[in-house]
Amino acid sequence: MPYDSIVCVKQVPDTANITAEAMKADGTVNRAALPAIFNPEDLNAVEAALDLRDRFGGTVTVITMGPPKAAEILRDCLGRGADRAILITDRRAAASDTLATGYILSQAIRTIGRYDVVFCGRQAIDGDTAQVGPQCAEKLEIPQITYLENLEALQGRTIRVKRNTGHGWEIVEGPLPVMITVVGTANQPRPCAAKRVTRWKKARVPAELPGEVKAAMPAASDAEVQAEVQRRTEVLQQRGLLLEQWDLDKIGADLQRCGLAGSPTKVYRVQSIVLTKEGYSEIPASEEGVRKLIQELVVDRTLG
Amino acid sequence: MIDVNRQGEVWVFAEQEDGVLHDVSLELCGKARELAGILRVPVAAVLPGANVRNLASRLIQLGADKVYLVDDPRLAHYQTLSYARVLTTLVDKHRPQIALFGATAIGRDLAPRVASTLRAGLTADCTDLQIADVTDPRDKKLHEKLLLQIRPAFGGNIIATIVNYDQWPQMATVREGVMSMLDPDLARPVQIVEEKIEIDQAELAIQLIQQHVEPRKVNLKGARVIVAGGGGVGSKADFRLIHELAGVIGGAVGASRAAVDSGFIGKEHQVGQTGTTVRPALYIAAGISGAVQHRAGMEESAKIIAINRDPQAPIFSVAHYGIVGDLKKVIPMMIKSLKERHGAC
Ligand SMILES: Cc1cc2nc3c(=O)[nH]c(=O)nc-3n(C[C@H](O)[C@H](O)[C@H](O)COP(=O)(O)OP(=O)(O)OC[C@H]3O[C@@H](n4cnc5c(N)ncnc54)[C@H](O)[C@@H]3O)c2cc1C
Repeated sequence: MPYDSIVCVKQVPDTANITAEAMKADGTVNRAALPAIFNPEDLNAVEAALDLRDRFGGTVTVITMGPPKAAEILRDCLGRGADRAILITDRRAAASDTLATGYILSQAIRTIGRYDVVFCGRQAIDGDTAQVGPQCAEKLEIPQITYLENLEALQGRTIRVKRNTGHGWEIVEGPLPVMITVVGTANQPRPCAAKRVTRWKKARVPAELPGEVKAAMPAASDAEVQAEVQRRTEVLQQRGLLLEQWDLDKIGADLQRCGLAGSPTKVYRVQSIVLTKEGYSEIPASEEGVRKLIQELVVDRTLG
Repeated sequence: MIDVNRQGEVWVFAEQEDGVLHDVSLELCGKARELAGILRVPVAAVLPGANVRNLASRLIQLGADKVYLVDDPRLAHYQTLSYARVLTTLVDKHRPQIALFGATAIGRDLAPRVASTLRAGLTADCTDLQIADVTDPRDKKLHEKLLLQIRPAFGGNIIATIVNYDQWPQMATVREGVMSMLDPDLARPVQIVEEKIEIDQAELAIQLIQQHVEPRKVNLKGARVIVAGGGGVGSKADFRLIHELAGVIGGAVGASRAAVDSGFIGKEHQVGQTGTTVRPALYIAAGISGAVQHRAGMEESAKIIAINRDPQAPIFSVAHYGIVGDLKKVIPMMIKSLKERHGAC
């Protein structure tokens, strides 16, 4: 029995490799200076969906919300074998917190329509919140199974999953459709297939084209740029390489629930704690020194 | 979502598994007590489960003023939807201003579901919570006594302070061990408010089939924290200090070859070229000179604390934090400081 999966993926700044150059003078992170990568656990989610399709048949549709550049990870997914990829991009979605993001993704999923399983990575490394999957599931009014370690069985409309609880595991069973979040230890994401990579390398979402055309024709007038964008769009379309791009209108989103307006949490202050100093910090061998050291380790999440 | 409700209580989700309360819930009762003191409102713990009435007194001793008890056989095992129904129903009924959850596997599964239904804000993994007046930079409006939700972000490279102006309750998850537990106050009167919640069959759809809880065993490779002792510890008796520190941190015990060769501890604890290679989140090297053979096995650790009375010891060349001093004085200070964080119990 074939099953249709949807995978929510995200392009994130590579927070594991933050260098001094990536910090602005005010102590905030300059996202633009960080390499953008495929959120690691989202790759595990994609692999879980592809594996499900290998075993039972069906389709895998990948969606991401982000700027036009996020189409990079959609091409990556197509290279790995996804059947369909959709970019949700809209300036009005900027500054969405997890609640608004969960809502927007749920609207996109409703627009796709048919699905049996929605997969998400457990969490994204830029925020580590693990909230978007459950919040999207709530908006879809479907149950959730977090921290998938293994898909044990799928029979008819019943799915059985091994969850990683951090201090052991448990096996749970429930009905489809369901939202599943996937942990990094669940599987080894398959590499991209060379043939598919070659095929999808040239695929674009419409929003990527103006920038590329302008870069290629720096002296061109607006009208010339527009004409060239039009031409490239048609060529891509003919070759089946124009990727789907949806905005908030397309998915019927209530704008009051998107972007800043739809986000109850607001960032009030940001401070940098990057230690770039060479050598070690000397801690006085006193109660006060030790207490401060432990406090610091708790705050930076080394302890606790 | 509920509106701003200045009389609203401060709530803690009392997480229990098989009738055992999670430490983080008890820690949060203490933190909630502090926040509620500033706000001049009561602290309440919400306790869903089956046959869990006896847990209420502990929540009260550690800071709650009252416990909303939802005792129902169908709540015996945690399930996202049934527990979320309990929380959202009670929030709608009692309109708390703050709701805190442990950032545990359960808390991080439940809190986002609850926040989404309520359309309230939620901040994950807070490491500090404070109350302060905040002016919204966009409309210059002053919001009195908001919850500052302070958390690391961007892989721990920045600390962000998050607020929720008006889509209450103000919700946050907090990591275990970050807040310290209060000393239990046995004299506090136990106030239990029993609640009956309608639970739909569909909310019990995800059934637990089988469960396995890992016993805590010593595993150098998998340990997040390793406390290692060397020749400088001096004797097997004093090596107790290393075990004790590892115990309060919840880490594993490591050793240099000198400590193993001197018979302070078994060979299976040796770190280094001829021992185990480790890369924990935190490695504490006490009385270890830092010979190259030892360093080879631990220098990839994310954070290294070196304790050595010789400021020239090579271990300091790979350390992030160095304490020059006698480990027999420094380690007891660390143990004391950590125990204070966990609260006496
Ligand atoms: C082939 C080979 C393989 C080896 N493999 C390993 C290996 O896998 N692992 C390993 O650890 N070693 C290994 N060694 C041994 C290594 O060379 C060192 O001899 C050993 O690591 C020394 O252990 P140490 O630093 O604990 O002891 P010591 O060299 O005795 O150093 C003790 C340290 O403690 C400090 N100290 C003393 N008293 C106190 C106090 N009260 N408070 C604070 N500090 C104090 C001293 O200043 C000194 O720095 C290997 C050696 C060889 C030749």
